[in-house]
Amino acid sequence: MLELRNVTRQFGGLLALSGVNLTVPDGLIVGLIGPNGAGKTTLINNISGLDHPTSGTIHFQGHAIHRAPPHQVTRLGIARTYQNIRLFGELSALQNLLIGQHLRGQASLLEAILFTPRYRREEQALDQRAHALLERFGLAQVAHVPAGTLPYGDQRRLEMARALAIQPRLVLLDEPTAGMNPSETRELGEQILRFKADGLAVLVIEHDMSLIHQVCDQVYVLNFGQIIAHGTPQTIKADPVVIEAYLGQEETE
Amino acid sequence: MLEWLSSLGITEVVLQLMLISAIMGLSIYFTLYTGMFSLANAAFMAIGAYVGALLSTQLDQPLGVCLIAGALIAGLIAIPIGWPVLRLRDIYLAIATIGFGEIVRIFLINFDNVIAEILRNQTGERVRYELLGGARGIRTIPTYTETWHLILFVLILTFLITRLHRSRFGRAMAAIRQDEKAAANLGINVVYVKNVVFVIGAVIAGAGGVFFAHLIRNITPSMFGFDRAVDILAYAVLGGVTSWIGPIVGGLTLTGIPEILRFSQDYRGVFIGLVLLLIIVYFPGGLINPTAWRAFWQRVRRTHA
Amino acid sequence: MDTFLQQATNAISLGAIYALFALGYALVFSILGVLNLAHSAIFAWGALIGLIVMLNLGGSIPIALIAAIVTCGLISMALEVFAFRPLRQRNAARISQLISSIGAAIFLVSLAQIVYIRLYNNSEAAFPRAMIPADLIVIEALNIRVTLMRVIVLLIALALMVVLQLLVTRSRIGQQMRAVSFNQRIAALLGINVGRIYLFTFFLAGGLAGVAGLFYGLVFIQVDPFIGDDVALIGLTAIVLGGMGSIQGAVVGGFLVATIQTISTVLGGSDYRNAVVFLLLFLFLLFRPQGLFGQPESSRA
Repeated sequence: MLELRNVTRQFGGLLALSGVNLTVPDGLIVGLIGPNGAGKTTLINNISGLDHPTSGTIHFQGHAIHRAPPHQVTRLGIARTYQNIRLFGELSALQNLLIGQHLRGQASLLEAILFTPRYRREEQALDQRAHALLERFGLAQVAHVPAGTLPYGDQRRLEMARALAIQPRLVLLDEPTAGMNPSETRELGEQILRFKADGLAVLVIEHDMSLIHQVCDQVYVLNFGQIIAHGTPQTIKADPVVIEAYLGQEETE
Repeated sequence: MLEWLSSLGITEVVLQLMLISAIMGLSIYFTLYTGMFSLANAAFMAIGAYVGALLSTQLDQPLGVCLIAGALIAGLIAIPIGWPVLRLRDIYLAIATIGFGEIVRIFLINFDNVIAEILRNQTGERVRYELLGGARGIRTIPTYTETWHLILFVLILTFLITRLHRSRFGRAMAAIRQDEKAAANLGINVVYVKNVVFVIGAVIAGAGGVFFAHLIRNITPSMFGFDRAVDILAYAVLGGVTSWIGPIVGGLTLTGIPEILRFSQDYRGVFIGLVLLLIIVYFPGGLINPTAWRAFWQRVRRTHA
Repeated sequence: MDTFLQQATNAISLGAIYALFALGYALVFSILGVLNLAHSAIFAWGALIGLIVMLNLGGSIPIALIAAIVTCGLISMALEVFAFRPLRQRNAARISQLISSIGAAIFLVSLAQIVYIRLYNNSEAAFPRAMIPADLIVIEALNIRVTLMRVIVLLIALALMVVLQLLVTRSRIGQQMRAVSFNQRIAALLGINVGRIYLFTFFLAGGLAGVAGLFYGLVFIQVDPFIGDDVALIGLTAIVLGGMGSIQGAVVGGFLVATIQTISTVLGGSDYRNAVVFLLLFLFLLFRPQGLFGQPESSRA
């Protein structure tokens, strides 16, 4: 469903991505691993429309999206989270989820001003869905707390809930377990598996190999902007090229 | 009520000017609430004032017509301005909108001369042309504006704003203010929302300009320069933009207080300047800001305990 | 052609004043990333200090120059302490610093206005012509006449630019300034007293604005508290043209704006010269925000 072909992104003289080919098939969880600075977040930015490739194409369900602005990419059903959480900190958890459902709403500004029945019905539906999502991610208690003041784990989960609020077909997760302890990580892995059960495809950037093994059907390895390996988590783990890339990284650190 | 106000030094005209300031404060509220730092509202106010004044002085139109035309034309001009300019962010947007304001002012000053020159080139003879009146502006505009017009207008605006905030569009505005990219990734068409908000602000500023012109009777381009842009900003900064009450309170007080304290005109700038400086440095959310007050009292209690 | 050369000569001294003014703008912007809109108010104070020294105290031009540099430098430092530092410490948005500088600008200009009225019973005043060297330098071959004062202004301005350039590129404190401008946190880790660098930068910027304001008065004689308004946007245009925060760019931008103003005055009359400048500002912000010489930002993300 998501297909990147020869995606290259150049910043000045720096090749952040170079000829990346990557596919996320329907309903599967695909992992993307690689050392820091390998270009993983650049890749997600390019898919989600915040950034655009210098050359190459990105297709999602047959639509070319490599030149599309972010809101149009989202409209096609791609949602994402961020490595550094980007919630609307001054707004409540509930409001964050209402904003996440922006595309679900149909009522125009005029209808909102006139307070038409359709508008009221719609707001009620959005509200119910937002509460359901809060429930699902264990955030019901903090519905009215400003998102910025929530504990870190809650913020991570809220961001996931907000991505789901879009009702996407593909979710891009950028290091969802950063800063979490092993039990939180496992719990989050279960949430991700639930995405799959719901029929969503997932592309997840991760450092934590245990999560990759827990959830991924396929893994791509990115190093210096290039895909150096692709396979199941088991084959990747044994691939000498991958080990080399990670060991090389450790030596320089 | 009116007697009590006038005993404070607030005559009906002052009250009307205060209400116009409240309207102008609401006009900049829209853009600030969406996280856009535009200083173009004085220019849109000028456009509204001039369009309205031309309609009433040249074509004898009533206030209603002037109001609709002034607001509409300000809004229409905002469309081609906003489209390119709103790609810019914070200080760059501020500079560009200041530049736009200056261009409008220079246009108003020179319009008659330019037309006269064009006519001279066509006919070959010197002609006098007077429509906008150059730096002297438009004079003897009929006084149409009445206090109840302004109060009604402010009430309608606040009603619309409260409804707006509970709508998808209003939530998108707040989202853009806090994180533009995250908002875009949630499917919000950031460019569209920003442009619509910019136009809404221009429409309100244009309406404020029409009221203003039909209150003070003589308008000149210099009334709508950088100083005015800063005054409007000061209303919003003083009151804060966490809610729509802020700019209204800011507009009313900043225009009313100099009258109550019977400042000589000379000290007005010192006062406005200090208010801007002190509020932004020591009371960043503005005065109408419950969270900031709570924090403030906590700090006071702690220092006294 | 004759008038053009004459106008060009005038443009050079005007350009020198703009460049001095824009330099201070650019200096603060490059080091702090903050636009100090009160810079133009300091410019107006430079002229006012000059007036006070020469008109009320009977001082000479050199004394006025030193007084303008020192006083305006100090005013500028006060701005840093009261209008910028508290916001920076709170990590406030860049926009709040812009707002506080607008507040400071209005405050300073209004204060200057009060001083004008107290001292001169008027909202404007003239420099004592008798004390200003008015000798005409005539270059017969080119049919150019220029007053000695304008030549002095140009020479001192150029000298100051060279000194500033040397200071920033060669001296120890210049090195520290560049370190702070590159990355405040790293500079602090290297043991640089960042707060002191800020103060010093503001002093320099204020001093430059003061000199520019004084020169403006010495060239145009008639001054008022609002002369800063004229140069505020011109200075902005200069640094936008030169690439925000580039010190050399600000100098080039200053001369460029003066030239453009002069050309549009010659071609279209003085009514349009500012309109042309602002149009330029507008177009540059939209299509080339990195200025004439800057590299385009490779990523807008």
